Amino acid sequence: MNTTAAQLSNFFKVRIPQLDSRVVVTVLRQLALPLLGMLAFLFLWSATAQNIDTSLGKFPGPSAVIEQFDALYSEHQRSREKERAFYQRQQERNAERVAADPAYQPKIRAYTGKETFIDQISTSLVTVMCGFLLAVVIAVPLGIAIGLSKSLNSAINPIVQIFKPVSPLAWLPLVTMVVSALYTSPEPLIAKSFLNSLITVTLCCLWPMVINTAVGVAGIDQDLVNVSKVLRLSALRHVRRIVLPASVPMIFTGMRLSLGVAWMVLIAAEMLAQNPGLGKFVWDEFQNGSSDSLARIMAAVLVIGFIGFLLDRGMLMLQRLVSWDKAVS
Amino acid sequence: MSVLLDISHIDMEFPTPRGNFTALRDVDLKIQQGEFVSLIGHSGCGKSTVLNVVAGLYQATRGGVILNGREVTEPGPERAVVFQNHSLLPWLTAYENVELAVRQVFGKSKSKAEMRAWIEHNLALVHMSHAMHKRPGEISGGMKQRVGIARALAMQPQVLLMDEPFGALDALTRAHMQDSLMEIQAELRNTIIMITHDVDEAVLLSDRIVMMTNGPAATIGEILSVELERPRDRLALADNPQYNQYRAQVLKFLHERHSKPDVPVKKKAAPASAHATPAWTSGHTAKAVGDAA
Ligand SMILES: Nc1ncnc2c1ncn2[C@@H]1O[C@H](COP(=O)(O)OP(=O)(O)O)[C@@H](O)[C@H]1O
Ligand SMILES: [Mg+2]
Repeated sequence: MNTTAAQLSNFFKVRIPQLDSRVVVTVLRQLALPLLGMLAFLFLWSATAQNIDTSLGKFPGPSAVIEQFDALYSEHQRSREKERAFYQRQQERNAERVAADPAYQPKIRAYTGKETFIDQISTSLVTVMCGFLLAVVIAVPLGIAIGLSKSLNSAINPIVQIFKPVSPLAWLPLVTMVVSALYTSPEPLIAKSFLNSLITVTLCCLWPMVINTAVGVAGIDQDLVNVSKVLRLSALRHVRRIVLPASVPMIFTGMRLSLGVAWMVLIAAEMLAQNPGLGKFVWDEFQNGSSDSLARIMAAVLVIGFIGFLLDRGMLMLQRLVSWDKAVS
Repeated sequence: MSVLLDISHIDMEFPTPRGNFTALRDVDLKIQQGEFVSLIGHSGCGKSTVLNVVAGLYQATRGGVILNGREVTEPGPERAVVFQNHSLLPWLTAYENVELAVRQVFGKSKSKAEMRAWIEHNLALVHMSHAMHKRPGEISGGMKQRVGIARALAMQPQVLLMDEPFGALDALTRAHMQDSLMEIQAELRNTIIMITHDVDEAVLLSDRIVMMTNGPAATIGEILSVELERPRDRLALADNPQYNQYRAQVLKFLHERHSKPDVPVKKKAAPASAHATPAWTSGHTAKAVGDAA
């Protein structure tokens, strides 16, 4: 690799300081190779796409997908414009009415346009975060309790093991029915569909966190537990000062796994239940069956993947920030 | 001087899948206020078990431990422990590790400023002032052990229990730590029980060396009073005939105990292995002596 660097510096006729051979290697590995991989993938994709004929035309290649990204974005902008115009019209009308009759109480009706791709993305993001946070709030205390108490572990472990592998699609009908039965306020503050997606996500991403937290808590170094005993820390202080920090690395491992599960589950649940979100977008396009549909679905697939990746990175960064154990990858 | 700690005829049995395992039988020892006692014995004989019973982390099956006239039933900060592997909380700095202990022990009796001064005083005592805001992951093994000692000292324990505190350190660091410990001991006159497998360390530091027989059912074999004047200087002692006599006495005990295990039953039951056992153990003993030298 050193010779490569030397050759490169000769080639460019620049003086590269000594350390730079390592920099070149790093740049090569971290930038050039991923880029190369990406290019190869794009090439293979467009080559294969050409040869797949579907009932909706040829399978979309990269350029068709990019076109659709563009179209989806301008659709979104147009929709926003319409929305703004809608509210402006209302305000003008209300102002006129108030001017004519000062006793008039102005009313604002909400805009009810079709959700755009961008709207669906934000709906999905909000849903996944809410479902995930709810799961964290339940799973971490539960995991700590299970990790601390052997009897509780024996009691709850079978339930966890049985529910862990359940697919979201199996939960969904039950959740939907239960939510409809129990959540019967006439003017719902939160949409039922949102609750359905959220609870399904929570149910599915609870288990990795419970298991990892419990394993982390049960595996705390006996010496540290002994320190706590010698200091006579109260149960609460023991949990707060010893147990929780000691198991933070494992809790985060569980959280990362869970967030990944949550994102996958959410898309599936949205598709199946036609709840607003990216999953519904995909399903609607599939039902729509226009010549652009496949390219739009492909665009959604890429966005779903990219968001999943960002969520994972985000958790990792949070883990690095919070955890004392710097050896996380 | 008065008896501070009375380890009174303790037996310790551990339940195992193949019936109870008797680790200790009738361990009986009285320790005076301000005394430095070492426990020495072969690995696995039951030294840590004795210490854990005194700490209250284990409950003796028979007999008991009496500290200042009160029976020990659970762990507590008046019997501070320095563990072999420092056992600092890795997410806290040196200062915060000591602080956790100080807050717990003196939270009601000392003001914030007093606690701060007390924490810093104890870290200074073990020469750790310069690195007190570093985390365990950022300091060397010796430094971690110093912080562990500072944490224990900061609890102002009636008895300080140390389980092979320097066992994981290299020889040079260990010598430094022993000197530090002697300095601190000269100043504070703590009552200390220290486990060691290092003969020189035992002779250098102790007022009495308690030699334990091999397990199972280990007990106290011999007790050696070390009457060397303090302060002790390791270099001067090297040529001191009395020092060397003490050393030889401990070595002889350990050697004899290891070459003639106190389990004659086994010899009868399995004569084939009777030959193999001494050969293996004598090799091992030679190594242990080499370690100690
Ligand atoms: N919690 C325990 N359960 C079962 N056996 C134990 C336990 N702790 C120690 N022992 C056994 O007791 C004996 C003495 O152990 P220990 O006190 O750790 O020895 P030492 O510290 O002298 O090396 C060993 O044979 C060990 O296997
Ligand atoms: Mg031990």
